[in-house]
Amino acid sequence: MMRRCLVLTAAAVILLGSNLLGQRGGELRLCLRAEPKTFNPVLVDDEPSETIRYLTAGVLIRLNRRTQQLQPELATSWKLMANGRRISFTLRPGLAFSDGTPFSARDVAYTMQTLMNPSLHSPAGDSFRSSSGPVTVETAGDYHITITFPAAVAGVERLFDQVGILSFRSPQKEMATLGPFYVAEHKPGSYVLLKRNSHYWKRDENGRSLPYLDSVRLDIQQNRDIEALRFERGQIDVINRVDPGTFERLAAAVPSSVQDSGPSMDSEQMWFNQVPSSPIAAYKKAWFQSRDFRGAISAAINREDICRVVYHQHARPASGPVSSANQFWFNRSLPSNASDPSGALHRLEQIGFHLDHGVLRDRDGNRVEFSLVTNAGNEAREHMAAMIQQDLGRLGIRLNVVTLDFPSLIERIAHTFDYEACLLGLVNADLDPSSQMNVWLSSASNHQWNPNQKSPATDWEAEIDRLMLSQCSEMDIRKRKAYFDRVQQIAWEQQPFIYLVNRNSLSAFSSTLRNVTPVVLEPQILWNVERLCFVTETAKNRR
Amino acid sequence: MRLERKLALGLLALVFSATIMAGVLSPPSYSQQFRDLPNAPPSRAFPLGTDELGRSRLSRLLEGTRVSLLLAPAAAVLSTLLAGLIGGVAGYLGGWWERLAMGATDLVLSLPWLFLLLTVRAMLPLNVSPLGSVLITFALLGLLGWAAAARVVCAGARSLRNSDFILRARAGGGRAGRVLLVHVLPNLKPVLYAQFWISIPVFILAEANLGILGLGVAEPLPSWGSLLRDLEHCDLRMLTAAPWLLVPLALLAVVVTSFQILLPTEDFPS
Amino acid sequence: MSTHCIVRHVVKILATLLVGGFLGATMVRLSPGFGVDEQELDTRLSADSIRALRHAREPEEHILPFYVQYLSGLFKGNLGVSHSLGRPVAELLAERIPVTLRSVGTGVLGGWLLALVLALPSATYRLRAYDLFSTLVSGIFLCLPSAVLALLLLFTGGAPGCAIALVLFPKLFRYTRNLLLETYRAPHVLTAQAKGLSRTRILAWHVLPYVAPQLLALGGVSVSMAFGAAIPVEAICDSPGIGQLAWLAALGRDLPVLVNLTLLVTLVTLVAGTASELAGTMSTMQPR
Repeated sequence: MMRRCLVLTAAAVILLGSNLLGQRGGELRLCLRAEPKTFNPVLVDDEPSETIRYLTAGVLIRLNRRTQQLQPELATSWKLMANGRRISFTLRPGLAFSDGTPFSARDVAYTMQTLMNPSLHSPAGDSFRSSSGPVTVETAGDYHITITFPAAVAGVERLFDQVGILSFRSPQKEMATLGPFYVAEHKPGSYVLLKRNSHYWKRDENGRSLPYLDSVRLDIQQNRDIEALRFERGQIDVINRVDPGTFERLAAAVPSSVQDSGPSMDSEQMWFNQVPSSPIAAYKKAWFQSRDFRGAISAAINREDICRVVYHQHARPASGPVSSANQFWFNRSLPSNASDPSGALHRLEQIGFHLDHGVLRDRDGNRVEFSLVTNAGNEAREHMAAMIQQDLGRLGIRLNVVTLDFPSLIERIAHTFDYEACLLGLVNADLDPSSQMNVWLSSASNHQWNPNQKSPATDWEAEIDRLMLSQCSEMDIRKRKAYFDRVQQIAWEQQPFIYLVNRNSLSAFSSTLRNVTPVVLEPQILWNVERLCFVTETAKNRR
Repeated sequence: MRLERKLALGLLALVFSATIMAGVLSPPSYSQQFRDLPNAPPSRAFPLGTDELGRSRLSRLLEGTRVSLLLAPAAAVLSTLLAGLIGGVAGYLGGWWERLAMGATDLVLSLPWLFLLLTVRAMLPLNVSPLGSVLITFALLGLLGWAAAARVVCAGARSLRNSDFILRARAGGGRAGRVLLVHVLPNLKPVLYAQFWISIPVFILAEANLGILGLGVAEPLPSWGSLLRDLEHCDLRMLTAAPWLLVPLALLAVVVTSFQILLPTEDFPS
Repeated sequence: MSTHCIVRHVVKILATLLVGGFLGATMVRLSPGFGVDEQELDTRLSADSIRALRHAREPEEHILPFYVQYLSGLFKGNLGVSHSLGRPVAELLAERIPVTLRSVGTGVLGGWLLALVLALPSATYRLRAYDLFSTLVSGIFLCLPSAVLALLLLFTGGAPGCAIALVLFPKLFRYTRNLLLETYRAPHVLTAQAKGLSRTRILAWHVLPYVAPQLLALGGVSVSMAFGAAIPVEAICDSPGIGQLAWLAALGRDLPVLVNLTLLVTLVTLVAGTASELAGTMSTMQPR
């Protein structure tokens, strides 16, 4: 009897102290890097608006940021039919928006119709548009809906993670939400305050309604140094993307407040201008169009040094377009891009370049000199450019680093093509390669090195076109992987993009927070925001 | 010469010769990256430590001093001359000339010159040398920096216009130009010297701020301004732990003060 | 002051405003990166959407029709809509002007206060040691980038207005000190000193009125200097004022916002300049 009591008491103590029982209350404070442009989930395009959408909008299917698997959310189940052209959902019954308006299939229909409106030019809507033609929606009762697309969209289920459901009849219009929070206050230029949605449907294992937090306050703070300072002073609880230098400083002060979650999906890369009609010198165009030239430049760059010096070891050398963080789609058989300056020089000599008193010249005697444009204000990129400058200097190549402000940069790389080489980063929010169609298709506008081609300029680009179109309409995921692995292989061989590094996902969080499990996918610490909570004292004080 | 003048002259001469002898004082080149030693504290090989890319801070300081010490005073002279001429002529002549000149001055003070600077950068070839781009930046700063002083100079010239000795000079048959140069402008020296002294650090810092937009020096060339901008990322704790980071600021303050002391008519009636 | 005089000044201000607005709009329109949207790099967008993005800026292609249309809208109270923030410019200005007025006002007053506190003793007592000290102090502040000043103040909990004051005072100090020193060497001041008048009396009756026109002109200029300083300070301190708006608009080549801001800054500069000119003229009309 005594023993049973002891066991029960012990169990009670363990349960009470365990993370499963979240402490209610408290306000989570963090910073947004810029003013959110919209609160309408279907119009979201910038990062702050996306963060707010994640925290407020309800979606049919959620990509679990930790397991990278799809999980049911507002839809309890779904089924793909007609070879991927049709998807039908069974919705969760008895739910309501934040203002009490009931949720039904008509809301989903309304959302899809708004999203697919061509004059809206919504990026989320464009992801569904693999070909032209109307998207039809049929509801069957309050909780069943079928959506038919004009052509099959590979991996269509995961696209629903970006579709925040609107209410078709709520007087609050797009401000009525199905997510854990709703937008309560917005002071432009200052902050956005989100408050707990009392109608939120999720409950924890003990049946208590989520979220645990009372509110989330997002201050608009562009300056990273000030954000770090406020974190150190305890004025904010979470920093989602920490700079490597700041990370080291915080780690030295309070090691348990930071976490390096490993390589993220983002990559830094440089590429050469291969547009035939660009205003650069013809002999330079010949260099940039040569596979061996690009390969030699890639081999000359010391990626390990960049990871060590610029990112303080919080980055990994990149070998291809997909980061190792993308567990399924990453091609593990790709060799790494090890630094090999002598091999690089040898490769250049084989195509007619020669060293002349420490200066590299091509077979016509032109000095190998070109410019690298990158955006100003990004310290990591400027340092990377300086390091690449020194690496190439060892081969006798003179690299001129030109930092430009972003609009000028975009004008050069997308409109006038008046640039020689460019160094930029790619932010990959989506795991599926279909989201990169506009990068790999030679006719697309984001095919940075030579966009909007009428017909593929090279055999390998034609091959990539074929492979990407195949994987996009293929339903068997293993076949899709085989196609995309081949695309990654070709990209490695041809080096149209010279991939440099994959940054690690670095985050910082207050020790008073519980259930924090930072992940590499956006929104990092906030992915399980409904389960975040404070320790007792903090929750009570912040009520 | 008085003591502080001698000191100031000596300091400036010291700084100047240090920049010339940079190769001897700090053998590593300002662009050479010692990648195993980023952010190193001062040592025999690196008297001021190294920066984030392992480059010698002392070499970069000396090279940046050479660039900024030559170009910023030149730009300051340009803007001071323009301020003196425009403000002086406008105030002296009065009437429509003055209205026109002051209207133009107000426009120069209010217009978003940032865009002109961006346009100039866009028109330059991408492969212009780092020194070329910084030369053009300082030239533009000099051509645009006269407006604030011009108004003050104009007010001064205006009040001088009707003063006794000017009236006497004009009555004595002096040509307008001569009266302006010989009698008016010298009396406006306080404002002009102030303008010159202020312009030097203002232009150095402006050049650094323009770096945000891609104007100013390009890698690997350092400039005083870019070295000072690194201070933005330091907090008080870092500065107390690494006080050598403040050396560029201290050097700039000392050089600017020395310039001021050396300028004539700064004498106090003792 | 006659009506004729007032009308003349008003006409001058309006004419300069018109020209200034047009020149500013032209500079923005001709700058690189105009009409380009960061969203073009979003890989999800279809070719149609990207085309639509590029066409969205077509009304601003030709600057003269745009300016005329803007002016006609201005008379009806419509200041246009911002691209980068997606809201009417009138709303943005109404929210942000009070914030900036507060910080610029504090900055100008604080800057003048500090400058005068340092400069007056320098001129009246003329101690070399003090002069050297004040030169060094103002020199250090002059050499600090405004970003660093703003950050320093944030560490110590200061307001953006204090940062602006610290940016302004070294410049004001230098002009003021030089002007005062030069005036103390004028014959009428030396006469007054020889007569044995007190320092305060000399300062108030003989020095300040003499140097008033130039100091007032400097006062007018200090307002536009303060606005110039407000841009980096507000951008760093994330203070939601006009300066931060100007910075965001410049990065986004947001023509509607920039035209309005140019007109606003030009108006403030002109009014400050005219006011100081008139005040200067009136002070020189005082009997000596």
